[in-house]
Amino acid sequence: MNFMASKQPENSLLSPESDSQRTLYPYVTGTSVVALKYKDGILMAADMGGSYGSTLRYKSVERMKPIGKHSLLGASGEISDFQEILRYLDELILYDNMWDDGNSLGPKEVHNYLTRVMYNRRNKFNPLWNSLVLGGLKNGQKYLGTVSMIGVNFEDNHVATGFGNHLARPILRQEWHENLSFEDGVRLLEKCMRVLLYRDRSAVNKLQIAKITEDGVTISQPYSLKTYWEFSAFENPAQGAIGSW
Amino acid sequence: MFRNQYDTDVTTWSPAGRLFQVEYAMEAVKQGSAAIGLRSKTHVVLGCVNKANSELSSHQKKIFKVDDHIGVAIAGLTADGRVLSRYMRNECINYSFTYESPLPVGRLVVQLADKAQVCTQRSWKRPYGVGLLVAGLDESGAHLYYNCPSGNYFEYQAFAIGSRSQAAKTYLERRFENFTDSSRDDLVKDAITAIRETLQGETLKSSICTIAVVGVGEPFHVLDQGTVQQIIDTFEIAAEQEDPATEPDAATGQEAATEQGTAADQGGSTDEGAAPMDI
Repeated sequence: MNFMASKQPENSLLSPESDSQRTLYPYVTGTSVVALKYKDGILMAADMGGSYGSTLRYKSVERMKPIGKHSLLGASGEISDFQEILRYLDELILYDNMWDDGNSLGPKEVHNYLTRVMYNRRNKFNPLWNSLVLGGLKNGQKYLGTVSMIGVNFEDNHVATGFGNHLARPILRQEWHENLSFEDGVRLLEKCMRVLLYRDRSAVNKLQIAKITEDGVTISQPYSLKTYWEFSAFENPAQGAIGSW
Repeated sequence: MFRNQYDTDVTTWSPAGRLFQVEYAMEAVKQGSAAIGLRSKTHVVLGCVNKANSELSSHQKKIFKVDDHIGVAIAGLTADGRVLSRYMRNECINYSFTYESPLPVGRLVVQLADKAQVCTQRSWKRPYGVGLLVAGLDESGAHLYYNCPSGNYFEYQAFAIGSRSQAAKTYLERRFENFTDSSRDDLVKDAITAIRETLQGETLKSSICTIAVVGVGEPFHVLDQGTVQQIIDTFEIAAEQEDPATEPDAATGQEAATEQGTAADQGGSTDEGAAPMDI
């Protein structure tokens, strides 16, 4: 036996045959998703960027999709894993519809199903590298939740992924209130997305806003936010940079 | 129903297009002691007659809680009933774990029926010898289903199975139009009265019957003996009006739906003691 030639790791408990079987790092990623509950349902926003490391490579990636009749899923993280999740959910909804009885899976059920999937993958050291936002409503009950790649899940009145947690949530904590109108909700989301656009390096200025109400899902056409770069602090940015650091 | 050359295997059809083994399995249900169910818009009540083998022994458990929102009453081979209850509990708990939501009753019933159907199409199996009255609540309201050994299931407003269930069915037939809007307590009273019909003259006491309720805001539970006895006492005080359709009927009007197979009904079920299948 020639052990020198083999590349197997010593501790084969951690890995199956070889490490190419487990996700080690993401390749094409989406950045933040932000969502909030409003009067008629849920509003969710995400930009259309797919980054390849530090390159803003793809600029028309739809990171929010409707699921069944009652839910809307937004994802950040590895885009191919998001597509895989969409396939799982497609099958789930298909079987749900095949029962052909009056019952259907609501957002709460889909959220918990996703939690189980994400957590189980995490336990096998082969995660789906996403942070998901699942919003929807059924029979007038609004629902908004999130699941991370390690299976952490919770619901709240407003949620965000990635940088959105640091930049958008504080804004939402101050300014969100029950029964926002559609216009106010959109305005609030745009405020959050604008901050992300200024400060998140992986953000692109092309976003969609999705809403889900009792009548169904609408995802807006892509559009851009107006930005202002004439702040005096931006003029002559090297002014204060004397010496190093 | 007489012995014939087509009744040995469940996988043998008779020339008339019948599966005798399946029909014999349904006979086993008819021999078990009675179980009844009725529902309103918001509640479902199950009741059954418990006959103990002798005074020394305890009675068979015939009502099982499957989940907070579903319960089942059985008639026939109680061992088969126990196994199916365990299957139902498992399905409910797995669904709850994955979806954090209660399993819709209609889906559980279909799964149960499909499980029963398998046993009617394998030469190395036999059909389950138990009929199940599944009572449950879900988003679409209160439901009562009857699952047959044949793999069929039907939804009912009210139904009775087991020995002397015809008497209970007659009573329920007369009253079922009122059940939708009944209050919970009236529904329980009707259940106990229906049970009394199956006893045909024997004194009704809480030790020989079991009642269980599930409803909006009320998880499935079996009523305790004391409560049941109290309700029984209120009848006796009010004295018998209405009721007895004691004659085991000329079977006017089939009820909400009939079981297929022969009409060989239990009218002549001899026992005063425990129906043999219940052991």
